[in-house]
Amino acid sequence: MIKVQTEDFDITEIHQYLRDAAPAKTGAICMFTGLVREFGDQSDVRAIELEHYPGMTEKQLKHIVNQAKDRWPILASCIIHRVGELRLDEQIVAVAVSSSHRAAAFEACSFIMDYLKRDATIWKKELGEKNHWVEAKKSDHQKADAWHK
Amino acid sequence: MKILFFASLKERLDCSELTLDIEQPCSIAQIREQLINKGEPWTSALSAANLLMALNQEVATSDTQVTQNDELAFFPPVTGG
Repeated sequence: MIKVQTEDFDITEIHQYLRDAAPAKTGAICMFTGLVREFGDQSDVRAIELEHYPGMTEKQLKHIVNQAKDRWPILASCIIHRVGELRLDEQIVAVAVSSSHRAAAFEACSFIMDYLKRDATIWKKELGEKNHWVEAKKSDHQKADAWHK
Repeated sequence: MKILFFASLKERLDCSELTLDIEQPCSIAQIREQLINKGEPWTSALSAANLLMALNQEVATSDTQVTQNDELAFFPPVTGG
């Protein structure tokens, strides 16, 4: 399941979706949720605004999941990324992966998140005293590139 | 052809999309040069070294060839997640 949407999501529904996807085979589900916090490039963030490239972003996320499937025995996966204006403490992104064993689920979830941050055409603006487009971080590239080794 | 701009680039140009007629296939670099020649704010915004490009929703480079029916996009480095 891959979705880019303005609406919030319910992680218990995502969890259930993964449980139902491969009954009797699933031994591990790993989930990551990203939230809006009050500090980023600026220290007074009250909300963020997210923009994406409709069509391209979804295709990229699908490609990232396929790359993960080539490396780990994934049974089911889910990426939901929100766009639009999100206030403090709201959910931004969910990545969830199921597998028969925990190592694959942990690693694939981390891989998908690292690749999403490096590659997916999504842009974040911090809304605070000033509005500020977030700068791309070198560390995010390094984390994704480390999976190549 | 259709040209799209996103995020800070879109704001700087105050333009999310434009249509450009091209008579024959050319490179993205040549399209970019045409846009740069439109004057400010296009000149400085499109000259940014870190700009990224996509052709028909696939990551592209300056050398990639474009034709009249293509969708080209310029955008800054991504910051999702």
